[in-house]
Amino acid sequence: MAGKTTNVFIAGVGGQGILLASEILSDVALAKGLDVKKSEVHGMAQRGGSVVSHVRFGDEVHSPVITAGEADLLVSFEKMEALRWVQAVAPGGKVIVNTQEIVPSGQEVYPKDIDSQMDQRAPGTLRIDALALAKEAGHIRAVNVVMLGAISHFLDFSEDEWKAAIEARVPKKTIEINTKAFELGRRAVAS
Amino acid sequence: MRVLLSGNEAVARGCYEHGVKVATAYPGTPSTEILENVVKYKDDIYCQWSPNEKVAFEVAMGAVFGGARTMTAMKHVGLNVAADPLMTSTSVGGDGGFIIVTADDPGMHSSQNEQDNRYYAKFAKIPLVEPSNSQEVKDFIGHALTISEEFGTPVLFRISTRISHAKSPVELGERVEVPLKDYEKDTSRRVVIPAHARRLHVKVEKRLKALAEYAETCPMNEIIEGDPKVGVISSGISYEYARDAFPDATFLKLGMSFPFPAGLAAEFCKRFDTVYIVEENEPFIEEQLRYNGITNIVGEEKIPVCGELNQRIIRDAVSGEDTSGEKANVPARPPVLCPGCPHRSTFFMLNRLGIGSTSDIGCYTLGVMPPLSGIDTCICMGASIGNSLGMEKARGRDFAKKMVAVIGDSTFVHSGITGLADVAYNKGATTVIILDNSITAMTGHQHHPGTGMTLMGEPTIKVDYLKLAGALGVKDAKKVDAYDVNAVKQAIKDAVATDEPTLLVMEGPCALLDRSTWGPALVVDWDKCTACGLCLRLGCPSISRDETGKAQINPLFCVGELCSMCAQVCPSNAISVPEKS
Repeated sequence: MAGKTTNVFIAGVGGQGILLASEILSDVALAKGLDVKKSEVHGMAQRGGSVVSHVRFGDEVHSPVITAGEADLLVSFEKMEALRWVQAVAPGGKVIVNTQEIVPSGQEVYPKDIDSQMDQRAPGTLRIDALALAKEAGHIRAVNVVMLGAISHFLDFSEDEWKAAIEARVPKKTIEINTKAFELGRRAVAS
Repeated sequence: MRVLLSGNEAVARGCYEHGVKVATAYPGTPSTEILENVVKYKDDIYCQWSPNEKVAFEVAMGAVFGGARTMTAMKHVGLNVAADPLMTSTSVGGDGGFIIVTADDPGMHSSQNEQDNRYYAKFAKIPLVEPSNSQEVKDFIGHALTISEEFGTPVLFRISTRISHAKSPVELGERVEVPLKDYEKDTSRRVVIPAHARRLHVKVEKRLKALAEYAETCPMNEIIEGDPKVGVISSGISYEYARDAFPDATFLKLGMSFPFPAGLAAEFCKRFDTVYIVEENEPFIEEQLRYNGITNIVGEEKIPVCGELNQRIIRDAVSGEDTSGEKANVPARPPVLCPGCPHRSTFFMLNRLGIGSTSDIGCYTLGVMPPLSGIDTCICMGASIGNSLGMEKARGRDFAKKMVAVIGDSTFVHSGITGLADVAYNKGATTVIILDNSITAMTGHQHHPGTGMTLMGEPTIKVDYLKLAGALGVKDAKKVDAYDVNAVKQAIKDAVATDEPTLLVMEGPCALLDRSTWGPALVVDWDKCTACGLCLRLGCPSISRDETGKAQINPLFCVGELCSMCAQVCPSNAISVPEKS
């Protein structure tokens, strides 16, 4: 992937820790000496709306946004949000979805056909139960770091580079839980 | 040291490194984080939230008169509020370096319009600086302050959402101290009576010519060589999109786009058969080119005016294709009032009582969403009160029984006070409801004159809304506990029944201010629940139906006893605070 820009499109629901995940990913790329741009729309984190973060890195990155058909990786922290942004996936791009379901405000029930639509639009979608893995690691709030672990499997940064970036960003007393969460996420996708 | 900074963080860092001493603002997306980051340098820079952008601008002007390098920041519509002092600041000139940051919002991510504030520079006859990424933001602050001091003019520094809220690498530097300029009385400049203003206008025009000459060789304007057959002119974030859309083209990148470097642009355009002008929203650059007789250009003929741009939209606009891909059918996930929001009770009751509201800008604007559907109008900061009075004057006094004004505490201090004065002075019957959640909430919790704390972290006075109302002539004014749903209902009923104006202050702190006040989630007794759906009409994200249609409360979202509005409205007493074990 030398020279080419890598595009990681992260989506989910406000409160899931998407922005922190994208900060850590950006830190890893920046520490490697790459040009990095990331972009998000603020304000929805507290209010249960859709949250997206675009992270782009490479030798020279210009636009801070990832548009349709450009995402090398679409990573969704929530089931429905993956489908909301499925048109962002590049030909040959990978999709990783956390199977957690969060009912949108104003809806009374969660739609039943999300998985089947997703399989049609993005065959080969990888699904992980990041909430269960976060619980295994020690805290449900570690869902975002589980997802980073999953992402790490597809990018050219070493485990040490990832762990250094995570340690720099999370509260000291959560480093152990977050490191475990990262490893569980990374292993879940490798298998 | 190389770090990732957002555009807003880079503005703050630029102010720090380039000797700014005073910074003012009123919160407004996407500009809010600017001052929140400048205050991290509070040992070197005095920072304050002003009640609104006009006052923020005037305080900044005072600091400029006082000889300090000064910055004031606002969102695009905020400059509308500050437009009066802006238009005169241009004549006054001289003194400390003065930067006005406007953070525009193409695509209206959180705004009522997508006005292109580049026109303000032209209107006010001041230079316009447009950085494209965070490093340029930081560096251009320095250039802009130098230009401001050398030419004796305020400078409009224009960024937008995808610069403010996007992060890119920045090389940090050290602060350079800039001494205060001396203060000397000079009424010929600082007092704009007509006799002085006439002379000052001539001075402004001369200055504009000098600036136009400077723009021709300004280092913020640059040519990036590429394919000699394809030429593109662009600025701001549009430049970055255009670099991705036309990776091999030759670019004229404008970092100082007003006064327009006509000579530079003409020389550039001569090199190509056709030059693409890529700009978001208005054809600001295109108009300048055409005004200067440069016509081998294609701009708004192809590039959309509505909405934000990106590399795909630009590519498709030029090629005529549509590569936007097919969106899947997925339910919307709109932002709504948070679980535990104190505003919920007012909208729920207005809806139940069949009363509409002229409303305003803030979290409570989300009261427009079903099922609360509690708002009829929302126009701009402070409009709610005037709008209500106007409807009453057009449709008759009785109409005030069916339409109230709803405004937030910060918005009221911003520009609602004069509206309330109008209601009293012009003998309206309007009921005004202030939703007082003790903070400027929508923009992320900033203090204002009603909260008792300054941005610098010092306790201070709090505006007393009831006393203020009385002083303005609104004698019927009272506070209500926003979390007491019946009290809210009764207060509204009583208020609209009177033939005089009333101020109701619905008090309830924003639920997100202090999470230690949250308790265990409320529980539904399914033996008592009749699935009537009334609690769902509160529109709280915690409440949904289970498969049998009965209410269920999501323990991850519910804030507990602090709110308990659902328990209060349930006609079957099915919802309660859980037993303490």
